[in-house]
Amino acid sequence: MKKNLKQKIVIIIGVLVVFLYGAFFGFDAPRLGGGQPLLNQLTQHIHLGLDLQGGVHLILQVQVKEAVSTETDNTVARIEQDLKTAKLTFSQVTKPDATNHPETMHIEGINPTQSNAVRSLIDGKYSNEYDISGGGGDNSLTVTMKPNIEKALDDKTVQNTIEVIRDRVDSLGVSEPIIQQYGLGDNQILVELPGISDLDRVKNIISTTARLSIHAVVGGPYPDEQAALSSVGGNLPSDQELVHGSGSMATGSDVDSVYVLQRIAIVAGTDFRSADPGTDSNTGQRTVHFTLTNEAGDKFYEYTSANVGHSMAVVLGGRVKEVANIESAIRDSGEIRGSFSTDEVAILSKMLRTGALPASLNYLEDRTVGASLGADSIKQGVTAAIVGVLLVMIFMLVYYKGSGINADLALFLNLVILLGFMGFSGATLTLPGIAGVILTIGMGVDSNVLIFERIREEMRAGKAPSAAVDQGFAHAWTTILDTHVTTIVSAAILFLFGSGPVKGFAVTLTFGLAANLFTAVYVSRVIFDTHVNNLKTGEAVSI
Amino acid sequence: MELFRSVNVDWLGKKWYFLAFSLIFSVAGIISMSAHWAKTGSPVPLGVDFKGGTQVEVQFKQAPDTEQIRQATAAAGIRDASIVNYDIPSHHEVLISLPEQHVESSLDTGQQQIHDALRAKFGEGAFEIRNVSVVGPTVGKQLEKQATLATLYSLLGMLIYLWFRFQLIYGIAAVVACFHDTLITVGSFALLDSFGFKGMEISLTVIAAILTLVGYSMNDTIVVFDRIRENLRLSRRESLADVVNRSINQTLSRTVLTSGLTFLTVLSLFVFGGPVLRGFSFALVVGILIGTYSSIAVAAPMLVAWQQWRAGSSKAAVLPAAKRSKV
Repeated sequence: MKKNLKQKIVIIIGVLVVFLYGAFFGFDAPRLGGGQPLLNQLTQHIHLGLDLQGGVHLILQVQVKEAVSTETDNTVARIEQDLKTAKLTFSQVTKPDATNHPETMHIEGINPTQSNAVRSLIDGKYSNEYDISGGGGDNSLTVTMKPNIEKALDDKTVQNTIEVIRDRVDSLGVSEPIIQQYGLGDNQILVELPGISDLDRVKNIISTTARLSIHAVVGGPYPDEQAALSSVGGNLPSDQELVHGSGSMATGSDVDSVYVLQRIAIVAGTDFRSADPGTDSNTGQRTVHFTLTNEAGDKFYEYTSANVGHSMAVVLGGRVKEVANIESAIRDSGEIRGSFSTDEVAILSKMLRTGALPASLNYLEDRTVGASLGADSIKQGVTAAIVGVLLVMIFMLVYYKGSGINADLALFLNLVILLGFMGFSGATLTLPGIAGVILTIGMGVDSNVLIFERIREEMRAGKAPSAAVDQGFAHAWTTILDTHVTTIVSAAILFLFGSGPVKGFAVTLTFGLAANLFTAVYVSRVIFDTHVNNLKTGEAVSI
Repeated sequence: MELFRSVNVDWLGKKWYFLAFSLIFSVAGIISMSAHWAKTGSPVPLGVDFKGGTQVEVQFKQAPDTEQIRQATAAAGIRDASIVNYDIPSHHEVLISLPEQHVESSLDTGQQQIHDALRAKFGEGAFEIRNVSVVGPTVGKQLEKQATLATLYSLLGMLIYLWFRFQLIYGIAAVVACFHDTLITVGSFALLDSFGFKGMEISLTVIAAILTLVGYSMNDTIVVFDRIRENLRLSRRESLADVVNRSINQTLSRTVLTSGLTFLTVLSLFVFGGPVLRGFSFALVVGILIGTYSSIAVAAPMLVAWQQWRAGSSKAAVLPAAKRSKV
């Protein structure tokens, strides 16, 4: 017996067992005899892509400017407060282009004699996060968020959005959702929900901003925007905004009504710690009970104790839900009574609990694959793969006779290892992935053909069987290595730069080629050596 | 059983025929791509993945009447809808496509409109929506860029590997051959389209196929190059052209076998893979034929031409016998 041959056979059987286990069980403990057919085990541990099992695929864009805007709104409020506390004269702090450049603020109407004092105050408190310029002759100062701070805020907004979407998707009961940052920057998020087909419901749950805030009421309700504008003298100050009311609670009998509110909220989305749906025991009205964070609670207490008798408005999703009179100071909890439906209350409180989206979302792409199409695709893909493999196997037997068995064994083992890889890694099998499997088979056959043709050449040159096998493998090996490495290089690049289905293709191709290096070279060699060892003197290799 | 025992074909002697053949197909590809560009603004028929838009695949219970569907969508005020029968007739499938919508916030409306129009005309249970793809212009552009970059990087990666394992000229010749194959394969999509075959569009999966054919063509070329390298080491007195000829002939049996078998699997993909994989498998069917051809007819002659150019008219094998493999 040739050196190490027994050892090698043990290694091969070991690998076979390990990957068979992976294909059927992944990393789970085996559950045999539980009445579960083995085939189910197999399909359970190979994750199928959306194209094979149906589902929803979305690409969303986070409107990060909104988060920047909220942040600078707070800064505007803080600057105004600071300047007032320091008793410095200014007319107002504005955001000149709030839509396109929410990162830029102007402090206007500074008393020229105090311009240095204002400048050093702002410099001292805000220069970490903001660039400060101006202070020249026009009595104004420009405060702009630093680009790196803005970038960090954008990233944080996208990350938070992913967290929030993940929490919300959990409520849909999807088993293996994919929610991740996507694309080449640009604040995009990829959401994939296998097994879901109700796109409308998904979008409803994902993109409800659920942003809740409480604002001071300047005036209202007015019957329309015109009336609201004329109440403030025709020109809306930059720190105020018009908000429409909705439903009867907020407006009494009026259905459409307009309020003038302070733009900067007293309490905003992230200040809420918890929220639960409830019912008012006296009126039977549905309510949402909320609790604020400690910090926000202090702020809220300060505001409400200073403004007893004034009104504040609860704004949800850009609409006034309720207007309440401040009767006494409130610290950290309260109730919102709005014209809520049962569903609305349930969704609202869930949304408030999981958190509001820090910014609203745009849809850039959506795809829905019906489950039946998925089933058809997998049937066709698998049929094609099986037919292809069988044809190749039969051909190899006819063309290479005894050695054809060798090639077919290597091919079979290759498929087992590939399935095992998929089971262990949790990688997703897509339709192009099945195509990747078919190509792996092509490369596997190529390796065998390369080796066999070389062996035939050596035998034609008159070498003895064992020498011919030796030389054949030695010569073919470099070629096989080169062809495999170049293909793996391109598969790796495909994996890095591709997305979705293309990625799936790269995964199976890479796994398959790695497995092929083992089966076509190592395993095939061992089988040959065993065969050659058992040859009687003068007998030829069947090839 | 054996196909070729000892062939002795003078491949390089036929290089002018090869050149003519490659030129005809490349030029045909370029012309049809230019024509396509002039007509539609892109060199090849792009799928919804890249050009953006809405695509709804509907399966009807009864054989669908495309004219009725056209009436239904037109009545619902949907303009520019393209309606084609899809797959084999017994599946009753229809593909309805709308061109790119410029307003991303209302990405969904087209799909909704199609659904409503069909429901109004045929009733709720008469059809099933099998697949919906809505791609906004931003994502389409991104994917296009991504696909182009992936292809170029992939070629570059292989070039570097071949440079390292063989020599730069081998890498360049192989990459030129791959480029030639890609051009002709992509061109065939444009060509088919201009001959009126609809539905063969470049989608993400077709890009995967093109990258596969690049890998395959490279594979084929490397096998020949490897043999050339080996033969150069053995016989330094022979002219390079003879070495190349002999190498091609020695590997011919393998080339024909592997290509034939891979062609067999790809053909089964084309026949049994269904319409979802049709574009993909078509690209591979064309790609394997052309990839096999190019390793013999494009890459190998390039090596010889380069050597002859470098050495003036000297016919000796001056191409050094590349590094000895240490693996």
